[in-house]
Amino acid sequence: MSALTTPAAILPNRPGPMGRVSDFLWKHPHVLLAILLGPPVLWLGVIYLGSLFALLLQSFFSIDDFSGLINYEFTLATYRQLLSDANFDIIVRTVTMAATVTLFSALIAFPIAYYAARYAKGKWKAVFYLGIMLPLWSSYLVKIYAWKLILAKEGILTWAFTKLHLLWVLDGWLALPIIGGNSLSVSYTGTFLVFVYVWMPFMILPIQAALERVPGNLIEASSDLGGTPQQTFRHVLFPLALPGIVAGSIFTFSLTLGDYIIPQIVGSSRLFIGQAVYAQQGTAGNIPLAAAFTVVPIVIMGLYLFMAKRMGAFDAL
Amino acid sequence: MRSDRSTSAPLGLKIAAIGGLAFLHIPILLIFLYAFTTEEKSYQFPPPGLTLQWFTVTWNRPDVWAALILSVKVATIATAIALVLGTLCAAAVSQTRFFGRETISLLVILPIALPGIITGIALRSAFSMADIPFSFWTIVLGHATFCIVVVYNNAVARFRRVSGSLIEASMDLGADGFQTFRHIILPNIGTALLAGGMLAFALSFDEVIVTTFTGGQQSTLPIWMLEELIRPRQRPVTNVVAMVVMLVTFLPILAAYYLTRDGDQIAGAGK
Repeated sequence: MSALTTPAAILPNRPGPMGRVSDFLWKHPHVLLAILLGPPVLWLGVIYLGSLFALLLQSFFSIDDFSGLINYEFTLATYRQLLSDANFDIIVRTVTMAATVTLFSALIAFPIAYYAARYAKGKWKAVFYLGIMLPLWSSYLVKIYAWKLILAKEGILTWAFTKLHLLWVLDGWLALPIIGGNSLSVSYTGTFLVFVYVWMPFMILPIQAALERVPGNLIEASSDLGGTPQQTFRHVLFPLALPGIVAGSIFTFSLTLGDYIIPQIVGSSRLFIGQAVYAQQGTAGNIPLAAAFTVVPIVIMGLYLFMAKRMGAFDAL
Repeated sequence: MRSDRSTSAPLGLKIAAIGGLAFLHIPILLIFLYAFTTEEKSYQFPPPGLTLQWFTVTWNRPDVWAALILSVKVATIATAIALVLGTLCAAAVSQTRFFGRETISLLVILPIALPGIITGIALRSAFSMADIPFSFWTIVLGHATFCIVVVYNNAVARFRRVSGSLIEASMDLGADGFQTFRHIILPNIGTALLAGGMLAFALSFDEVIVTTFTGGQQSTLPIWMLEELIRPRQRPVTNVVAMVVMLVTFLPILAAYYLTRDGDQIAGAGK
């Protein structure tokens, strides 16, 4: 043993260019960090944020009513236009829809997430997981298309209502003001159903993740202390699941807020924010107003994310 | 005494959960049924008859093939870019501590957190300001931007489980940084990257909103589908295409699930 010479505490530098690079990076972790972060930050920072700021900047320009050209002078006229009655209606309508969709998504998603998190075991766990993931990831347009098939006047929904002799319910619903219409596929109800269908799966996973993190003995402690299942749910489980619901609502709210394809395909002719942006930048050629319209969801989502962060929703993502 | 409740679910919960899953899956099943209907002019239910002829018709449609090939090309390149950028970013965020880490995560999530129409119109106006003509590459650029987050999410989740001491042990045993990367880090994060890549591919393959803004004359498969949705001209062909798209997107999802199954549930945490 004594014959063993102690190796040098500090190894000699590695030979070869690769070795030198490796040593250099080990000694200078900041350089390594810069190399790792450089490309993604450049891509997202320059291409993405750059375009975003350029767009937002344009909302402070205005469009010349006569020539249709953009007037590159700082003005708030576009924002005044944004808050005119017709445009403000669009904003209110979209936010109301997004809030309703979020609420109903949470109501439908919660039992699925709750069952998957607390009761599904083994094979059922996998069934639930795939049962959530497949609709979540399957094609957005095909899902909308499926609802076009369902909501069509000659489609399965009318057929089912006829078979059940409940057609009067459907007709009564369609006769209602605002939410009704000629048929489901041209009514707000139709738009709402498709929104809930398409965005609801995004709500399930965060809720499930939050519920799975609730320790089982917390539930047992609550019932040992005499809490009824309802009380346990209200005072223990629900508060702990709330960050998950808020995290999920970020998706459902934001995605509904900016969507312009669903209301275009299934819905009445009254516009949502996304459609207004699309129309303003396309046929109307009014980029400043389109840009001002995009500021609305950005501001709303900014506030929303700020509040969500304070409620700890990001840990549930 | 009450803890035995946890073994079986209350009936109401069971019904609500199964009903919820049914709500998610019945529309998808309908797509499969309609691909075989003999009805050409409407969405009549139940279908008056079943036929296989629309599969042959669709197979012989050059416009469908062109759109499909373009979609696959765009998705492949966008996924490749997203894999590199997403992994780099995940490595930086999870392996090191630095000022502004939170901001980086926010920056990565932003293209998904903000509505697609904002990303789309921002890129479009930036392209036209910079006089970049719309082309195949502008579509790829838009897609790669929002695909980064999927790869990033998967990679970050996996990096968290790769213990830092494993990397230190490798270095202590004399491996240099590149050897450690090749023999320790890569085998550990490999499946997560594969899963992330597949999901990014599925996301790009399906993307329509950003593409409407960043694409020129080219039409990807979702753009083709969208045109059919707005102005239905050939319902039977659309039915078949819808079914095929559904099947094609199922495969990467299933594969991603089996690749990340042993880990925590990370595959799709936030599209």
